[in-house]
Order: sequence, then structure tokens, then C-alpha cells
Amino acid sequence: MKQQQFEAKYRYEWQDFESQLELLESKKTSDTDLTRFAKNYRKICYYLALAQERRYSPDIITRLNGIALRGHQQLYQHKSNVLHNMLTFIISGFPQQIRLHAKLIGFASALFYGPALIFGLLVYFTPSLMFSFQSPDQVADLVAMYNPANNAESAETRGSEQDLVMFGFYIRNNIGIGFQTFASGILFGLGSIFFLMFNGLALGGASGFLSSLEYNVPFYSFVITHGAFELTAITIAGAAGMKLGFSLLSPGQKSRKQALLDAGKESIQLVYGVIFFLLIAAFIEAFWSSSSTITSTIKFAVGGSLWVLVFTYFYFGGRGAQKNNSHMEKR
Amino acid sequence: MLDTHQTLETPESIDLELHLAGPVVRILAFGFDFGIRMVIQIIAGMILSAFDQIGLAIMMILAFSIEWFYPVFFEVFHQGQTPGKKTMGLTVIHDDGTPIGWSSSIIRNLLRFVDFLPVGYIFGLISMCSNDHFKRLGDFTAGTLVVYITPKQVTHPIPKDQPLHPPIPLTVDDQRAILNYAERLHNLSPERQRELANHLSPITQRKDNDNVVWVVRVANGLRGNP
Repeated sequence: MKQQQFEAKYRYEWQDFESQLELLESKKTSDTDLTRFAKNYRKICYYLALAQERRYSPDIITRLNGIALRGHQQLYQHKSNVLHNMLTFIISGFPQQIRLHAKLIGFASALFYGPALIFGLLVYFTPSLMFSFQSPDQVADLVAMYNPANNAESAETRGSEQDLVMFGFYIRNNIGIGFQTFASGILFGLGSIFFLMFNGLALGGASGFLSSLEYNVPFYSFVITHGAFELTAITIAGAAGMKLGFSLLSPGQKSRKQALLDAGKESIQLVYGVIFFLLIAAFIEAFWSSSSTITSTIKFAVGGSLWVLVFTYFYFGGRGAQKNNSHMEKR
Repeated sequence: MLDTHQTLETPESIDLELHLAGPVVRILAFGFDFGIRMVIQIIAGMILSAFDQIGLAIMMILAFSIEWFYPVFFEVFHQGQTPGKKTMGLTVIHDDGTPIGWSSSIIRNLLRFVDFLPVGYIFGLISMCSNDHFKRLGDFTAGTLVVYITPKQVTHPIPKDQPLHPPIPLTVDDQRAILNYAERLHNLSPERQRELANHLSPITQRKDNDNVVWVVRVANGLRGNP
């Protein structure tokens, strides 16, 4: 068949399909009849294959290629219920992922809490070491923040609006750090390891230094509550990042490219959890941890129970769903 | 590596052709987006500064969202196109040609942080220049491609003339070249038209304009104008 006959014969089908595509792309699908879409798409594929095989002119092939590609995108896209996915993720998906990557998260925690503990003890016994890690100005700021005398003063001036500002600041700063800890892991894990250790040193240094000044009550009562979410989230972000980097270092049976792709798909699940946890942490840090009307005893009690809660959630969360799944699979 | 056309085999076992976007056009698109982000932040900053502390709080959350999620928002809700990509006629798709979703978009945009390192997207640029799909690290991890959108086609039909049967048998590739030439005629200067057609002089035994007319006639014959 000559190209001209081919065009004349099928042109109307192509136009039909194009207008169907335009409707789909503009997302006004509710009033569209889509029953023929898949069938039409297969026909377009057939015409494209014919046109390519018969070496028709580039114009017509480009046109068919264009509409076939658009059809392909419409037919093979995922439509998912975001809200429902988010809920199931929080209820069961996230703790399941945590248990799946327990070893790596344990390793990340060691990289974070290990330096924190060692540096904390060193600084506690020789506080001057803190100045090799942070500049005197930074240390002075840190001390001023937890000075019980200052706290009593600032309590009166600090209003709820300032809490809101701090909330915004924690979101931007802390989630940003979480993302950096994750993303830099692609550099063979080194970036994540760096961020984990660096933040561990900062935490350890601060606790050691403030303890040596006997500001431990204001400091620990501030950190304990949101720490349950924030510190855990940072270690998870580090583990997710190392997963990327390690997939390049030891891809196993897969090609490095494929290993990285798969690691990306899995680790993004952990990152979703990190976002979720850091949002909670920012909220607690801004409105609860810094509150001066709540006594430190209550803060320690609530903070301690939240740590227990987080670990209970990680340990038990989603086990029922897992059973249900395996039960269904067996049937 | 210089060829930016890639074929993608679909489950219907046809080969779709993708036209990959290189570093330069992607940098331009990024620059455009960067400008838009600045403008949004400045305008938001001016409006929100009227609201004191609450304004500052909202500003920080907004700055965070724009820093990390500006591209995600557009890629997920606007068929893989940020305003910059749209201006440059680009779009982001999965390696298998399907539209980009939440997870891949978030991965490729979080990894921007590493592509940016050590300064000014140097890692990303090195990565893009060292593979034949122009992928930056984020694209590798998320399994995405940046491709040109097929532009709305302006067709220029082959000029009508009486069909002619070629004096020698033509291979399919020859036929295709002749059709391609005839379709592109409107883009070529008369000198260039003659120059190209004159390559056929040994076969046609003609010169210049006669050659052009000859090729158009053969094209008409191949395409089958009524």
C-alpha cells in the first residue's frame, strides 16, 4: 500500500485517538467514553509498526510515534489513592520497612550514637575539647540557650507566635538535614556516614559540655521528647542513604545500575518515614520541648514514654497486616 | 553517544522513539525554574512580611517546600514538566516511558543535593556527560529520563507533481531519503535544494532545478499521490 492510500484510509482513526488523548490529558475524563481507548491504542501501535516497516516518510512516522508515546503514557500510568497509601504506610508499611532494614539502621545508629557517647564523655571530663569542634561563639550560644537563669527570663517574653517561628525553622532545618543525610549516601555511603558522625559529635559535645556545667536538667528535658522522633529519624535517613551507596559497592547478582534503582525504590520508603517522624519532631520541639510552663519531671516522663512508644511501634507495627498478606498468598 | 535518539520497546512490541535532552537545554530549563523560584520567594516574602512572626513562620515552611519540592509538585501534577522544562519543551518520564510518579520524582529531586556537589551541579554535569542517556545521579537512582516532547506537528506535504518511476531500483533507505528530502524542501534555501539534488546528477543526467523537480516527482511516485 502506498503511503498516500495508507494516510487517507486511517487518518480519521488517528484524529479520533488524538482527540481522546487530549481529553485524557486535560483530566476531564468523567464524561468521556474510554471503552475503546485500549483497543485504539493497540491499533495505533500497529499502524506505527507498519509505517516503520514500510519505510514511509519521516513526517508520518513522527506523528504516529508521538501519539503512540502519549497513548503509552496514558495507558501505563499509575493512579493511586495518596491519602489511603499514606495511612497504610503509617499504620503498617513504615514499621515493616524498619524491621526489614533493622541491621542497617542498627549500623547507622552505632555510627551516630557511638561518636556521640565517646565525644560526650571526653567533653564531660575535659570541657575544653568542645572548642576543637565548635567555635567559641557557637559554644556561647549553646550555653546561653540552656542557662536556667536565661530560661526563666525568656519564658515570659516568648509567646506562642515565636513557637510558630521555631516550628518553621525546625521544619526547614531538620528535614533538610534528614534529606542531605539520605541523598549524600549515594557517594558510596560516605556522605551519610559523614552526616551521621558529624551530628553524633554535635549531640555528644553539647550534652557533655552542658553536663559539665550542670545544665543537664534543662538540656535533657528539652531533648528527650522530640529526640525520640528526631534522633531516630536521622539514623533512619542515614541507613537509607547507605543503602544507596552500598548497592553500588556490592550490587550482588545485579548490574550496578539495576541495584541502584532497586535500592532507590526501597530506601524512598524509609525517607517517607523520616519525613513523617521529623514533622512530628518539629511540632514537639517547637510547642512542647521549649515550653517553660511544663515541668522537667513531666517532660522526662512523657519523653521516656515516647521513646518506648516509638520502639513498640517499630517492633509490633504492621505485623497483623503482614500475617494477613501471607495468609492471602497461601490461599 | 552523540545520537540523542533512543528507542523504547513497549509491551505491544513496537519501538517508540525518544529524543533525549542534553545538558545545555536542561541547564537552561533549570535557570528558568530558578528564576521563577526566586520571584515566588520574593513576592511571598513581601506579602508575608506584613504578618510579623506568623508571616516569618509561613515563609520558612514555604522556603523549605520550594527548596525541595518545587520540581516534585510540577512533575507529578503537570505531566513531568516544571515551568522551565515546559518552556524548553522537555518532560521527565520513567525509563520505560511511563509518566513519572511521586516516588521517582521525590528521589530524583532529593538527589539534586548530591548532583549539586561540590558546587554548581558539577557532579550532575559529570554524570550527564559520561553516559549515553544524559542521566544525572538523581535520574539513575529514580530510573528517569528527560526527553523532548514531540512538538505539535506542522506538516508540509510534499509538493504535488506528476509521479515518476525511478529509472533504477531504489533500496528502502534510498526511498526514505527521497521522501525526507521532499518533506523538508520548504526548510531549504533554493541553493541548498539544488546542491543536495545535484548528488543525483550521475543517475538523472540533469542539473540544478531539473534535478530538484525530478526528486519531487519520484517522491510523489513513492508516496502515491493520486
